[in-house]
Amino acid sequence: MGGALFLLTAAALASGRPPRGFYALFTVITAVLAMVGSALAWGRVTDPARGAYSAIGDAIMVDGFSVFFGIVITVAIALAALLADDYLRREGLDGPELYVLMLLSGTGGLVMAMANDLIVVFLGLETLSIALYVMAGFQLRRLESQESAIKYFVLGSFSSAFLLYGIALVYGATGSTNFSRIADFLADNLLAANGLLLAGFALLLVGLGFKVAAVPFHVWTPDVYQGAPTPVTAFLASASKAAGFAALLRVFLSTFDLYRLDWRPIMWVLAVLTLVVGSFLAVVQTDVKRMLAYSSISHAGFVLVGAEAASDRGLAGALFYLLAYTFMVVGSFGVATLVGRRGDADHSLPAYRGLSQRRPLLALAFTVFLLAQAGVPLTSGFLAKFYVIGAAVEAESYALALIAMISAVVSAFVYLRITVAMYMTVEEGDDAAAALPFVRVPPAAALSLGIALVFTVVVGLVPSPVVDFARDALPVLVSAGP
Amino acid sequence: MVDTVVFLVAAVVILVGALGVIFSRNPVHSALMLVMTLFGVAVLFVAQGAHFLAAVQVIVYAGAIVVLFLFVIMLLGVDTAENLSSEPLAGQRPAAAVVAVASVGLLAVLAVRAVQVSTGAEATTLPLDSERSNIAVLAEVLFTDYLFAFEVTSVLLVIAVVGAVVMARRPRPAATDELEDDGSDGDDLGVERHTQTEAELA
Repeated sequence: MGGALFLLTAAALASGRPPRGFYALFTVITAVLAMVGSALAWGRVTDPARGAYSAIGDAIMVDGFSVFFGIVITVAIALAALLADDYLRREGLDGPELYVLMLLSGTGGLVMAMANDLIVVFLGLETLSIALYVMAGFQLRRLESQESAIKYFVLGSFSSAFLLYGIALVYGATGSTNFSRIADFLADNLLAANGLLLAGFALLLVGLGFKVAAVPFHVWTPDVYQGAPTPVTAFLASASKAAGFAALLRVFLSTFDLYRLDWRPIMWVLAVLTLVVGSFLAVVQTDVKRMLAYSSISHAGFVLVGAEAASDRGLAGALFYLLAYTFMVVGSFGVATLVGRRGDADHSLPAYRGLSQRRPLLALAFTVFLLAQAGVPLTSGFLAKFYVIGAAVEAESYALALIAMISAVVSAFVYLRITVAMYMTVEEGDDAAAALPFVRVPPAAALSLGIALVFTVVVGLVPSPVVDFARDALPVLVSAGP
Repeated sequence: MVDTVVFLVAAVVILVGALGVIFSRNPVHSALMLVMTLFGVAVLFVAQGAHFLAAVQVIVYAGAIVVLFLFVIMLLGVDTAENLSSEPLAGQRPAAAVVAVASVGLLAVLAVRAVQVSTGAEATTLPLDSERSNIAVLAEVLFTDYLFAFEVTSVLLVIAVVGAVVMARRPRPAATDELEDDGSDGDDLGVERHTQTEAELA
């Protein structure tokens, strides 16, 4: 796993001057190699005789949890790179920079997922974010892209500062930044005055909550998702969110597990706000990318529901949700990339009118992704929602489970609205709809969408292997050496 | 005795510098006064035995950051006298006063209650009164326990460089030409606007 990580970084920088499409291919190969590396590591950590281990001075932890997120993030890189290939050529921006940044950003995500130390979490987060700031502003000719980069950068820097302050306070309260040592310290000592620790919790939650776009730290999301080049948005919504949750889950569910009575109410409020604001504001949007942005906020709420349950089942539900969500969201933004045409010109709802007639397969794929996000049975989205809500019920958070279900219904309206726009019969002589340009589907993007589609449907039908995978991928605390 | 004298001299230097930052008419003088303040603080750090902090203070703050300030001042032009009577952001002065009072209050509370919030946990580094210099201890910690973090920092710097290059370059002229020459795209845009107005009417 560590080897894969360094390969990822070093190889990305060494790429020469190749034929067209090479960069994307190279990125995908690197991501797949990293995925294979993760799969091998999975074999090792699930072996009862050997189990999880920490490495490099306890700075990183190789356990099922980090391997799981390694796979989620590499999947996101591979799919987004496939989407980016054609997009960049269409925009006349072809070159290695975006792929380099994507790989580096993914490396940051992997570092966050594997981190066993708050400092390493912070550095991973920065690696992830700084590359993303640049990627969001990658389209130099579009003002929206620049604007989104600046907004993301300013707010992201603030949230990093919050996170850093939180780390400092937790270090002050526990005397270590290492997760294992913090957990040991908290288990051995009862803090007489734990204000410092709790303030640290709150600040950590702000910093990580920003990254996963939990309300009220979500205000950047719609603007950045809308302004960023669409393949970047796909990456942002999948890899960046997964990495944020990796850190959040590991920090709170495993390191600060003893203090769950203190952080669960905060998490509860966050989850409710995120669910409600995400799904209700999505309804009033007219731009498809903004709609998807708000819906991704509400998805973050569902993952928080799993986290709030603070049980193994909730965690497994959250992990399953993230994996399923990665495929769905990359697929959705992939379709948006194709329909949006040159310069991300038009993502408004009318652009999708009659897509079923112009591009039946594309419309079908988008419908499946949207239905999966809405949580319709026979898709991975249904099971994902089912597991997190089931965990919430098990943890006796009935109100939260109820709110989650209601917001799922509300956001279903959004997805159906897009679907209706696509399938709405275009009447004869409707010049405007007929004049909408032909949507070209390049093979790389088609491959990416196909993989996402197959995963979404197959996991919806045969979920058990993935469910087992998520269930075994719990974070482990290996006691620190002397 | 020596300690007291050092402290007094450093304190005077710091205060004069700080007042100079505020009262200088010329922004360049302000920046230079800031250097004086930061040097004074560095001297205090040395007096406390925190040699590493003192070095960082001089290198990072006095060196890098103030030079950055000077760069910006020079780029914007020194002659432009700031008109202090106008307020570009309404209400920022009362807000600044509130924040200042709150910060001082926070510091005071911390100073009074600092004893009670300490947790008894051992620090990663050694106490200050130990035999070894704190630079050696910090180096040891950095290259053992925090080695990975140290290495990841280098990745971070690489990203910063790549990012700066990407953001700073101009859009490729070839691509721009293509956009202008491509007539069909222009037609698309026209049709699209038409569609939008129709949708708005409906």
